[in-house]
Amino acid sequence: MNNSINWKQYVLSFTITAVIFITAILMSNYFAQKRVDEIRGIQDKIAIDTLSSETQFSLLEESSCKDVGTGSLSTELGTLEDKLSYTEKERGESDIEVQTLKKYYFLLEIKDYLLMNKISQKCNKTPISIIYFYSLDDSCADCEKEGYVLTKLRETYPDLRVYSFDYNADLSAVKTLISINKIKSELPALIIKDNVYYGFKSVEDIEKVVPELKKMKTSTTTSVKK
Amino acid sequence: MPDFTNLVTYVFLFASLNFEVFLLMTYFQNKENMKKEEELVAQGVKKYPTVTIIVPCWNEEKTVGKTIHSLLNLDYPKDKLKIMIVDDGSTDKTWEVIQKFKNNPQIEIHTKPNGGKYTALNYGLSKLTTDLVGCLDADSYVHKDTLKKIVYYFQDRETMAVAPSIKLWEPKSILQLLQKIEYGFGIFTRKMFQYMNAIYITPGPFSIFRKEVFEKLGPYRHAHNTEDIEIALRMQENGFKIVHAHNAFVYTVPPNTVKKLLKQRIRWSHGFIQNAKDYRHMFFRKKYGNVGMLILPMAAISIISVVFISSVSIFNIIRSAINQYVIFRTVGFNPHWPNWNFDLFYVNTQILTLLGLATAIGTITFVVISKKMSEGKLDIGMDLIYYLSLYMFIAPIWIIKAAFNAIFKVDTKWR
Repeated sequence: MNNSINWKQYVLSFTITAVIFITAILMSNYFAQKRVDEIRGIQDKIAIDTLSSETQFSLLEESSCKDVGTGSLSTELGTLEDKLSYTEKERGESDIEVQTLKKYYFLLEIKDYLLMNKISQKCNKTPISIIYFYSLDDSCADCEKEGYVLTKLRETYPDLRVYSFDYNADLSAVKTLISINKIKSELPALIIKDNVYYGFKSVEDIEKVVPELKKMKTSTTTSVKK
Repeated sequence: MPDFTNLVTYVFLFASLNFEVFLLMTYFQNKENMKKEEELVAQGVKKYPTVTIIVPCWNEEKTVGKTIHSLLNLDYPKDKLKIMIVDDGSTDKTWEVIQKFKNNPQIEIHTKPNGGKYTALNYGLSKLTTDLVGCLDADSYVHKDTLKKIVYYFQDRETMAVAPSIKLWEPKSILQLLQKIEYGFGIFTRKMFQYMNAIYITPGPFSIFRKEVFEKLGPYRHAHNTEDIEIALRMQENGFKIVHAHNAFVYTVPPNTVKKLLKQRIRWSHGFIQNAKDYRHMFFRKKYGNVGMLILPMAAISIISVVFISSVSIFNIIRSAINQYVIFRTVGFNPHWPNWNFDLFYVNTQILTLLGLATAIGTITFVVISKKMSEGKLDIGMDLIYYLSLYMFIAPIWIIKAAFNAIFKVDTKWR
């Protein structure tokens, strides 16, 4: 029996497979870059929205509250967070591109938070927002659970603004936010109505601290009906 | 850890994609040859060699009669075909059932104490007087043209064994229909292996051998209840040519329960692993051609990869279940209704996904070619749907169990 081996076929099949592999790698990188570009686009849009609202706020300093209501706040912060977490999961926390996008996101969150406070002051309202500090390392066993709670709250009360920050983020603005609120490293930590809460807080715990949430839900339901 | 898992998965994906490419290249190189071969086979042979078909049976009272009738109906000169029924110490009414054939001049009936299938075959081989010999399990039936088509290939003096194409006998249930695709797939791969001189299984039902095979290489061995793998590997080791008569069909009754299917497949997979271990000296040895350099290593890699990828998948499923439990404990039942606002952003385009897709396209191409080869047409029936949706969940069970049995030296039973 002729047991000779057709080495040419071995080399050719190996080459074709290698080409398929390289194509898959290039395609995957292309789509990943597209995603990053899309996130950058959203971030730019939020930055423009925030700047526009700030400018509008300055222009209408003397005007009534209804001219600068909470409708001026960007609505895309939640979408950005979802897409950023998806990209972080896909590319890994240590990815430089992801880290840069996250820093930009933290800055946008702080700007949005400040603007919301200004609007609330103008309208004589207590701002309803939650600032959440987490850590990605193993030192925070309850951070994952707290994340689920805040996601649930955001889904239940779409008007509730939740700002989440990595406690260890290498960003001076976040560090300042930590120092002015005197946040200790006992994570998870939540700032609700100027009070700091440490350790895991359930949905019920937070609803107890913020009874206004119940009203918020009613108003959301009404607005949907309209 | 995830990086290591990904790296190993890449290696397995590369190997399986490379194998798919190799098989597809072989197919396109030989597509025309295959058509010519079919035309020549249809013309038939001028001189018919003498053939003995051994029917080993053990407690086959329900099916043995039908098997013998299918042999008697073969379109082959009666004086050239001998049927040797060997009752391997049945404890049911098999012996009584086969008595009704004792006066047929074509049929010989023998009985011996139970010793396993290979002993029944060797008993038949010891009484062999014909040029060719084959076996037909008592749960299989042959198409009337099958033997004629097979003997065509023995016109080549180099051909020492011919394997038929095996199809399922009247598959009806979901379990049987998904096996139908698998058997079709087997027809395609075996033909490709023929063009690579690398057939490493001569299936039990109706593989036909020259008498010299057993004269030169000795009788069947116990071979971990898979003597059909062992004899083919022994032939390959000794440079004996094996070909595949892809349009000569044999029908076998498929297992109709998950338990029976698992038992059969664990025996096959375990048999392959043990025989591969016995013939490990053939791996990556140029002198054994494609069987040593590609087919055996790939068969071994596919077993390892199924065990690895299934273990990783099971680990991920458990991790995801724990995660869901934690979410439930934390925020209660929180159903996420499907979001109909489709966003391309969330389409998974990771390297592993794209490579998995390329491998899946290769597999579907094989299924299409296999269906055309085994059924002569391509129809998208329930068999294909069952195969694509269920096979990947069932097959790892028997492969993992067979690997477990091989590692921990657990013996497998014929039945």
